[in-house]
Amino acid sequence: MSVKTFSIDGKVISAKEGQTILEAARDAGIFIPTLCHFPGLTNVGACRLCLVEVSNSSKLQPACTTKVSEGMEVRSNSEKLKEYRKLIIELLLSERNHQCSVCVANGNCELQNLAMTLGVDHVRFDFRFPNLPVDISHELFGIDHNRCILCTRCVRVCDEIEGAHTWDVANRGANAIVITDMNQPWGESESCTSCGKCVLVCPTGALFKRGVSVAELQKDKSHLEFIIQARVKKQWIR
Amino acid sequence: MDLAELLEISEKERRKKKPLEIHCCVAASCVSSNSQSIKDKLTEILRNQNLADKVDVIGVGCLGLCSKGPLLRNSQSGEFYCNVSLDNVEEILKDLKGEKCRIEKISPDDPFYKKQMHIVLENSGKIDPESIESYIANGGYITLYQVLHEMTPQEVIEEITKSGLRGRGGAGYPTGLKWSLVAKSVAEKKFVVCNADEGDPGAFMDRSVLESDPHKIIEGMTIAAYAVGAQQGYIYIRGEYPLAISRLQTAIRQAKKYGLLGSQIFEANFDFKIDLRIGAGAFVCGEETALMQSIEGKRGTPYPRPPYPAEYGLWGYPTLINNVETFANVVPIIRNGSEWFSKIGTENSKGTKVFALAGKIARTGLIEVPMGTTLREIVEEIGGGVPNKGKIKAIQTGGPSGGCIPASKLDTPVDYESLIELGSMMGSGGMIVMDENTNMVEVAKFFMEFSKDESCGKCIPCRAGTYEIHNILSKILNGEATQYDFEKLKLLCKMVKETSLCGLGQSAPNPVLSTIMNFEDEYLSLLKEDI
Repeated sequence: MSVKTFSIDGKVISAKEGQTILEAARDAGIFIPTLCHFPGLTNVGACRLCLVEVSNSSKLQPACTTKVSEGMEVRSNSEKLKEYRKLIIELLLSERNHQCSVCVANGNCELQNLAMTLGVDHVRFDFRFPNLPVDISHELFGIDHNRCILCTRCVRVCDEIEGAHTWDVANRGANAIVITDMNQPWGESESCTSCGKCVLVCPTGALFKRGVSVAELQKDKSHLEFIIQARVKKQWIR
Repeated sequence: MDLAELLEISEKERRKKKPLEIHCCVAASCVSSNSQSIKDKLTEILRNQNLADKVDVIGVGCLGLCSKGPLLRNSQSGEFYCNVSLDNVEEILKDLKGEKCRIEKISPDDPFYKKQMHIVLENSGKIDPESIESYIANGGYITLYQVLHEMTPQEVIEEITKSGLRGRGGAGYPTGLKWSLVAKSVAEKKFVVCNADEGDPGAFMDRSVLESDPHKIIEGMTIAAYAVGAQQGYIYIRGEYPLAISRLQTAIRQAKKYGLLGSQIFEANFDFKIDLRIGAGAFVCGEETALMQSIEGKRGTPYPRPPYPAEYGLWGYPTLINNVETFANVVPIIRNGSEWFSKIGTENSKGTKVFALAGKIARTGLIEVPMGTTLREIVEEIGGGVPNKGKIKAIQTGGPSGGCIPASKLDTPVDYESLIELGSMMGSGGMIVMDENTNMVEVAKFFMEFSKDESCGKCIPCRAGTYEIHNILSKILNGEATQYDFEKLKLLCKMVKETSLCGLGQSAPNPVLSTIMNFEDEYLSLLKEDI
């Protein structure tokens, strides 16, 4: 397998052929923010946080789906990108009810962490507070649509790793929402295996274990990493 | 089917022709104003008067001048009868007998028709869209025969490349290049897809072409399939076009019956099938990656390219996707040669473009003009300008992905690059004329409302960005916005344009940006003082 040499923000790094900019950056310890990306799941390029400037393209490219090529010059931290990333986080925060102080994931939330890392100190848009339901019909888990950012990690992990495809997305635009089966209560879903992978993979407090209260929800991603490694790389050692 | 049989059908059809034909438009616009009953009544009267052996009434595709519909045409004089109703069918009869009649007529020399050049619409209004024989009698399927028996796939692609044809779906990607990419991809299966998911507000070009001349698309797609090595084709058409769907179904059935679709077409070693896929009417499904997801039976959402469909398309196989109008250009190009085609149009935009002319204008309808025709010629000469001596304020092209061009730029020639320079785009060809009474901020809000509702919701800049842009526009129109909001609007538009996942999101802010570029005063006058 051939090796590619390229640069991110002037720093020359190497990557395996076929690696994405994001993978290569993470290997080299360079931070590029993401929300919809999860190692081992297909990349959908939906959250647009990992957009970078690439030398051979006039358009911004998602680092999670753009493959590295020899001599490529990537800029991951320009003022423009920083501004757009902040705006994206602000849009996410304003579109649903993201009130950290009363969230189970407070302190353990990827959205909250990114907002802090990217320096989102205020939101320039009016909060929309849509009237969305909380479904706790499942005996072990619950979903609070008010915290969902539609990253579709749950949809993908359920389809690609668990193989159940219980989750999917319904409706369009601002009305888009994740659903279980044919939009019936989660507790009544016949395809759900109650494996809990969707909960582990959710970046926010949208999917949670029942019985946790404010700021108690911690998600152990190593469990998922173990399964994915085992599947993809045939490495069964934990 | 072989060539002799094809020519025999053509000959037989021509022998059946009566000395005089009355062409009655049966495309959607005229059908909606009762043209079918007018056709029936006229046929009945002619039969009662024992004229049926001299005069034939034929249902044909779009005759162009929709605002004067229902339209009928006299095949001898070429004149059009306008605004025909059931009550004045008798008047047409008087005219046929050479008596004085009281029906509005338009001559084919009228500027509306004189300025046009028909390539895509060459059969539109001339043939019966529901009869394959009618298409064959007009030279149909002979080009396909020649391609299959006299040309190699490589030669077909070379002709298309040399013609300079660019995709008519809006982006203007060189068609020959796209075909050669698919042809060069190595795979056990390949697909050809016709994108007939026309969703722009104010656009009806593709619908009219499909309703008027469905076989031309089938023939064009089959030639494309031969050139790139595909065995299966899909026409992805929105469910809102029932008449076009039914005509396509009829056409596919007829073509199959004659062995023009299926296995060993024209006894050549070439198989090709076409199936229809009916969309539920999501605007985003016109975006090629979302369209393919929808054909595969999945939720119609776009995904990032590369890989491009030419390499990795339907079910992972190389797929050629072209728009209706692009396929409609294929037969004329092969028949008349690339040199003929490349002489039409401008340096970088060859051929003609079909526009759906609508809005505050005297004559609306479907037109086809050579590339490079100025906007002024289109709206003032062909369209007859704004009625009651009103003034044109702007022209909206390209639908929600396009923008508003101010009247001061009316002398711009219509081609891909010029329109982009003006902050708009060719798009698929919707053209809406606006008069002085139009509020440009309202126009921007209208298109943003459309984009906001049609966003698939996959990526955040489009899902929430269009929502917030729409919000700020409402605030401005309500007189509640300040300079701060206006700056935020501009930043948001730039961000949505640069960061959205697909073409829908990336072009959604265009109506706002182009109205800010050309009509900023209107925005500023609505702002209130900062507190």
